[in-house]
Amino acid sequence: MALSGIQIYKLLPQTNCKECGFPTCLAFAMKLAAKQVELSACPYVSEGSKTQLAESSAPPIRLISVKAGGLEVKAGNETVMFRHEKTFFNRPGLFVRVKSSLGVEAIKDLVTKADAYKVNYVGMDLVVDGFAVEADEEATFTEAIKAVRSATKRPLILIGNEFAIKSGLDNLSGENPLVYAANEANWEAMADIAKKYSTSLVVAGESLDDLAGLTEKLKVKGCEDLVLDLGLGHLGNRLAKSTQIRRLAIKKNFRTLGFPSITFANGHDGQDAIEAAQAIGKYSGFIVLDRFAPDLFYPLLVLRQNIYTDPQKPIQVQPGIYEINSPKADSPVLVTTNFSITYFSVANEVEGSGLPVWLLVTDAEGMSVLTAWAAGKFDSERIAKSVKEFGISDKVTKKQLVLPGHVAVLSGEVEEELPGWEIRVGPREAVDIPSFLKHAL
Amino acid sequence: MPIEIPKDKWPGTIHTVTLGATNGEGGTRSKTVTFGGETTMPFLQFEAPVPHKPVVAIEIKDHKPEDWSLLLAEVWGAAMTDPAEWAKAAENAGADIIVLALSVNDENGNPTTPEKAVGTVKKVLGACGLPLIVFGPGQVDLDNELLVPISEATKGERIVLGICEDKNYRTIVATAMANGHLVTARTPMDVNLSKQLNILITDMGMPADRILMDPTTGALGYGIEYGYSVMERLRLAALQGDTMTQFPMIVTPGFEAWKTKEAKVGEGVPGSWGDWKERSINWETLTAVSLIQTGADIVVLRHPESVKRVKYAIEELLMA
Ligand code: B12
Ligand code: SF4
Repeated sequence: MALSGIQIYKLLPQTNCKECGFPTCLAFAMKLAAKQVELSACPYVSEGSKTQLAESSAPPIRLISVKAGGLEVKAGNETVMFRHEKTFFNRPGLFVRVKSSLGVEAIKDLVTKADAYKVNYVGMDLVVDGFAVEADEEATFTEAIKAVRSATKRPLILIGNEFAIKSGLDNLSGENPLVYAANEANWEAMADIAKKYSTSLVVAGESLDDLAGLTEKLKVKGCEDLVLDLGLGHLGNRLAKSTQIRRLAIKKNFRTLGFPSITFANGHDGQDAIEAAQAIGKYSGFIVLDRFAPDLFYPLLVLRQNIYTDPQKPIQVQPGIYEINSPKADSPVLVTTNFSITYFSVANEVEGSGLPVWLLVTDAEGMSVLTAWAAGKFDSERIAKSVKEFGISDKVTKKQLVLPGHVAVLSGEVEEELPGWEIRVGPREAVDIPSFLKHAL
Repeated sequence: MPIEIPKDKWPGTIHTVTLGATNGEGGTRSKTVTFGGETTMPFLQFEAPVPHKPVVAIEIKDHKPEDWSLLLAEVWGAAMTDPAEWAKAAENAGADIIVLALSVNDENGNPTTPEKAVGTVKKVLGACGLPLIVFGPGQVDLDNELLVPISEATKGERIVLGICEDKNYRTIVATAMANGHLVTARTPMDVNLSKQLNILITDMGMPADRILMDPTTGALGYGIEYGYSVMERLRLAALQGDTMTQFPMIVTPGFEAWKTKEAKVGEGVPGSWGDWKERSINWETLTAVSLIQTGADIVVLRHPESVKRVKYAIEELLMA
């Protein structure tokens, strides 16, 4: 459990020497409790106190990091059950499973394609995080790993028995893959491997009791970087288990199961999308899909982005004038808000149309068109203010301003606020902007 | 020593609501649908049993909509031109409930008249045995003008009349009360606004087991995170004992998802978006499945393949 400021104070030297930058040890302790400073700022803490403080401040769900080629997939460190309570921090990694029996050429094809995959969502490039290479045929495993590594730098999960894993790891260096999996039968051998190669280790067991038994044994062996496999049960079962370990960690500070989890999504006919979607909403740290397809990954990557945004701050773009397709003095001015989703829906359409446009982005405090309108953050006054503030009048001679169709009601007022401008009402949805630009303007 | 699983014990319960009435109950439906009754967060069966499962409604229109995705036009085919045929097709596609969304204008571009709207509702009721939800076109005066005669003409059927909003709920609630129907109350993604509207409707004397609430949602990629969290907060408030949030939730992921470019458009989009059909189905399905896990009791969908997948997800979620 996290310690209070007073409890922390008792572990400090209590000399008030001020070297930490605070007038008293107590003041420093209060800041530590609020997690606003680092313990290392005090040079005089005893080793004993350090251990106690580190334990108490360790996150209830251990941070696990899988690394390769300068890339990193992190899971854990979460602090809440529901995103509105604060936020979810570490987006679960999405991995594509590659079976060694597939053969070297097919593996290279698949991995090259998935590795190169990139989809733009509100200005961010979303990608596949890594690959889970499985020794479904032991003899082909090292070849498979080499094939995967020749096609991607991304972090890996290795799936196989202890012999396969060992041979696999011998073919990889300078990275920290995630190894799958230690179970009741092989945990000692797996622990040795995880330690020797400094990898994180997945723990697999039928029930939470089994898992807890294994993590305790592994901790004694010195393996702390663990990930829990909650198994391939029905969605209801998966939901129950992932909720239970999250609760145990966050509400009970139950360190034995205070680890992120891994989920396999391998159903057919779109069921894998559903399994992965559940895993995104309900606490998974690593998600392994059996296939790669853009129409599967795009929605999942977007869902993950949505669930893991900070509920306190809408993602915004800078208000101002955006020049799209090299606008000239007679190009139209389109006005919108600075909510990222809104801005990018419009900007992408305009860009796609190939037609030159000045896009005037007003400061609507990061709200969508209708939300901002309803909240009084996108009205004729604000629109007129941005027109003046950003000096768009100096750039255009035609003075044609297009409003979003959803706020057609504003057109009269905007006309009054902006004499000399022709106010036009555009379509409601951004999809229809290209044809509007071509045919109506 | 076995691990002790922390369990939440909530004081509140969601109202159990039944939609539709059979012959014996004063209606003509071949079956009724019951949902709600939850005493815990969605599907946590280690805490409490799930008394009724969430259900899937399919949205149909009074005539063929011009602005729906081509994929929807393709899959429903000719049935789209006739609400009765469309309702039958929706029943065959696995819908538990039909949502009939009325339009401002009829197929000839003339304003929808009360006679025409009543006729459409009767046709739909005659063509299929499922319980019905009717949404007005969404304009205050026109909604009242159409929904009142519909309510009267279907007395005893236990249909749902929608959509009650803060500016327009009195007439709809009054006619629903008088004719034994239910109402759905929509507010824009805000816990307090939901509560306020529910209070207003309850104050008129509407029994609690005849109210649904629609907290509004956004589609995947277009604001779903807001709806998602508002629904979780509403459900938590309800379980904590706030009586004005203890109504089953209905949301419209089909409407939201099929508005997005990802679902609507197949050409001139980035290659990284993948196959159009599969992407659209995923867009609708994932929006719906995510919302079911926040507490949705009814999801209104548009594509039969999404219906199939979402129903699969519900069955799976019920299996512990
Ligand atoms: C998410 C959301 C919220 C979020 C805010 C998200 C945000 N950062 O903006 C939250 C929950 C905070 C919220 C709050 C409110 N909301 Co709200 N919200 C929504 C919701 C569900 C989605 C909005 C969204 O993100 N759309 C996606 C973006 C991309 O759409 P968009 O900005 O309109 O852009 C599109 C088009 O307008 C067009 N476009 C954009 N710019 C331009 C420019 C040109 C030139 C052209 C041609 C086209 C164009 O392209 C885009 C894509 O097609 C809608 C309902 C819905 N499902 O649409 C309600 C909605 C907008 N909200 C509404 C309301 C009333 C409110 C509140 C006032 C309620 C309250 N709680 O008090 C508050 C106001 C905020 C406040 N006081 O703080 C109402 C508005 C009603 C109305 N018609 O006036 C809506 C419509 C819900 C409803 N049916 O009642 N909301
Ligand atoms: S540096 Fe350490 S000992 Fe000195 S005042 Fe700060 S906390 Fe106290």
